[in-house]
Amino acid sequence: MSLHQAKPPRVGDSPAVRRTLIALVLLVGAVLVLAPLIVIFVQAFSLGIQAFTAAIGEPDTLHAILLTVITALIAVPINTAFGVAAAWAVTKFDFPGKRLLIVVIEIPFSISPIVAGVAYLFVYGLQGLLGPALQAADIKILFALPGIVLASMFVTAPFVARELIPLMQAQGRDLEEAATSLGASGWRTFWSVTLPNVRWALLYGVVLCNARVMGEFGAVSVVSGNIRGQTNTLPLHIELLYHDYQTAGAFAAASILTVLAVVTIIAKVALERRGAGRRSRVSIAAPSMIAEEPTS
Amino acid sequence: MKIRLDQVVKSFDTFRAVHGVSLEVASGELVALLGPSGSGKTTILRMIAGLEYADGGTISFGNQDATTIPVRERGVGFVFQHYALFPHMTVSENIAFGMKVSKVKRSKKAIADRVEELLSLVQLEGLADRFPNQISGGQRQRVALARALAVDPKVLLLDEPFGALDAAVRRDLRIWLRAIQEKLGITTLFVTHDQEEALDLADRVVILNGGKIVQEGTPEDVTRRPNSAFVTRFLGDTNRLQGHARGGQIFLGGANVAAPDIRDGQAEIYVRPADLEWTGEGEGVHATVTRVIDRPDNRRVLARLDNGEPVELDVAPETRLARGDQGYLKIRRANVFAG
Amino acid sequence: MKRRVLPGLPLTLGITLLYVGLIVVLPLGALIYKAGTLGFADYWRIVSSERAVASYRVTAGSAAVATVFNLVFGLALAWVLVRYRFPGKRLVDAIVDLPFALPTAVAGIALTTLFAANGWFGAPLAAIGISVAYTPLGIMVAMAFTSLPFIVRTVQPVLEDLDPALEEAAQSLGGSDWTIFRKVILPLLAPALMAGVSLSFARSLGEFGAIIFIAGNQPMQTEITALLTFIRLEEYDYQAAAAVASVLLLTAFVMLAVTNLLQARALRYTQRS
Repeated sequence: MSLHQAKPPRVGDSPAVRRTLIALVLLVGAVLVLAPLIVIFVQAFSLGIQAFTAAIGEPDTLHAILLTVITALIAVPINTAFGVAAAWAVTKFDFPGKRLLIVVIEIPFSISPIVAGVAYLFVYGLQGLLGPALQAADIKILFALPGIVLASMFVTAPFVARELIPLMQAQGRDLEEAATSLGASGWRTFWSVTLPNVRWALLYGVVLCNARVMGEFGAVSVVSGNIRGQTNTLPLHIELLYHDYQTAGAFAAASILTVLAVVTIIAKVALERRGAGRRSRVSIAAPSMIAEEPTS
Repeated sequence: MKIRLDQVVKSFDTFRAVHGVSLEVASGELVALLGPSGSGKTTILRMIAGLEYADGGTISFGNQDATTIPVRERGVGFVFQHYALFPHMTVSENIAFGMKVSKVKRSKKAIADRVEELLSLVQLEGLADRFPNQISGGQRQRVALARALAVDPKVLLLDEPFGALDAAVRRDLRIWLRAIQEKLGITTLFVTHDQEEALDLADRVVILNGGKIVQEGTPEDVTRRPNSAFVTRFLGDTNRLQGHARGGQIFLGGANVAAPDIRDGQAEIYVRPADLEWTGEGEGVHATVTRVIDRPDNRRVLARLDNGEPVELDVAPETRLARGDQGYLKIRRANVFAG
Repeated sequence: MKRRVLPGLPLTLGITLLYVGLIVVLPLGALIYKAGTLGFADYWRIVSSERAVASYRVTAGSAAVATVFNLVFGLALAWVLVRYRFPGKRLVDAIVDLPFALPTAVAGIALTTLFAANGWFGAPLAAIGISVAYTPLGIMVAMAFTSLPFIVRTVQPVLEDLDPALEEAAQSLGGSDWTIFRKVILPLLAPALMAGVSLSFARSLGEFGAIIFIAGNQPMQTEITALLTFIRLEEYDYQAAAAVASVLLLTAFVMLAVTNLLQARALRYTQRS
């Protein structure tokens, strides 16, 4: 039996085609994706471990890390609350303009981050709509933390909503109606019926949102003003070091964000196994999500 | 609890789903809302539950106007078509949910006791800790029923309760549901598109078409005295023959059918396959056998009249008939409507 | 006011509209307004200036090349991941998303280092007379990297769901593998491929962080439109920045419309009744 294949070959199953394609994909993948990953760490440690820790421990770098974390701590929760609210409004009710609203939520995904940054300049900058009024009131938004947070919120606005909306759409309204018919309040229904069934998709959206907020470069570079030690987030700080010819320092800082990216991917794969993400989206009662033992 | 609907109207966007439906359900009665898809039956059930609000008319429970009471406070038990069991809760957590969220505080012990009681009522004692996707469709149906009953609803509403089950399970559950309903004496409405299910289970059947009630009555009323061609056809297989009425009689090439209430003119005669009788010779409508189909409890004969109209009739299994045989049809019983 | 069965519409819709209004609509409106105050003649002069047009050419041209590369490579990658089993497959599948997860600035310096004249890939390429960093080729490499996952991830699910019976039918009718691929499989993948292509192209048009490090940023030669916008800002020429940014914004809207159209078409094949 071992000599016989269980099934006749499908299209493209001949060994020659198979091996050629796999080899091609692995080669190009190694050059285009794996090599950048490796070169980051090689460069980061090119001057030795001590130089690496010194570069990370440099006050401006530490400040950039802190600013990046603070930005994420503000932007991600607000964005998550918005994504949940938007998904609830869009999937549990019908109202005129719903399709348009979904398109508007998705817009930031397809807009160049530079355009986003410029757009914020024209709202809060001195030459913008609200700039003069804000200056008169001595409120600083641009070239300060609020501007960085706002720009980050723009580029990541769709991240949580776009994970929840398709899933909650597919789940329908039956569960919420059942809970309500049994006497549960709106909050109770959300916390004990809706949320447990979308938790992995929600977390998935949050993880991707966080990665993007921490890594955002274009939009933030317009609104931050790149003030060293003050409004430099980690990605901006990397640019600054790189252009200062502090290559090892730049790559040391970059390696932190690279670790974040790798952790993000690991979390993503783990969550996809639990049914989150658009690729492996399954019905809500998928065994992998709930069952501890297989159905008898 | 008595339920009364008075001139209830509901539209979705531009589509009129329910046109002025009035209906009374007596306390403890088991009523089926029967109709084809799009007839408005599910919309009516959901309005009684408070899962949709009527655009016009009133719905009352007992002497109380319930039209605007939200579903949370209406006190109905609703069994959803696909059960809507919470997939992340066990069977017992599902059943306990209504008691846990209720404004009436119950002790843990009281809730656990009630869950136990309900599990034994629906005969699922061993499955308390299973998740919904670990039990069969029929079991899920029973969990959904137990969950709906847990909060002592005033009325029980079931949306296509057996729709998602296979035929054998369906029959068992039907008998079982009837027994539970009788035991609890709870006013119950259910929606179905399956006429057999409605006739088997209900005290009274309400037949809907196009958002209106076309006939209501006991299973005997609607089957024996259908008031329209639609009801006749919807309730089961039937032959439609064209005839001409004159003086309360319809002459149909060799057979007469009494039709006292029909005006002279074109008429449609509906005859169920079992109400036609085959004789080799004698009186009746002349027909030729085109095919014989054997079924477990009878033989179904497909035949053709001389004017080319096809008819179907059921004969005893031992009747010897074959393609090409000729004979006569006697009409034992028929429903006649003006054409 | 129509009564609703489930609670929470005023609260959730209120939050949604407030957020979308403040975070998305207000800034974009401000940008369009700013560009609109220019007057047509000035606007046209700025967006049709030689340097701006050169930047469109560089951006769109590089994006087109990068997208064609990803069309071929992305399809091959999706095919390999769906159809074959080989050691390390799950790792490859996971790592496909790296360009989405890796911050663009990090990707930018990494690619520049690799493709610089003294880099791991730059040195051997320089030896045969090809320079990548600081040339349009560098822009293409950066764009290909950042938009790599789009085509893979749009094609992969369609390929997974492809009914084997279709291929079996074609085989039973005597088709060769190559014929079946061209006449049966490729047409079924086409809508998904097109959707992926438009996403990939749109992303490349707007990309900034990964490109500016590797591009060299010579006006007329290797200056992308996003960078030109940024430069105009640094020169405090806000009107020019608004005008050029509005071109990028308009392009993004067109690409969004195209993508939605293509995705709706792609669903025709994948959705089952």
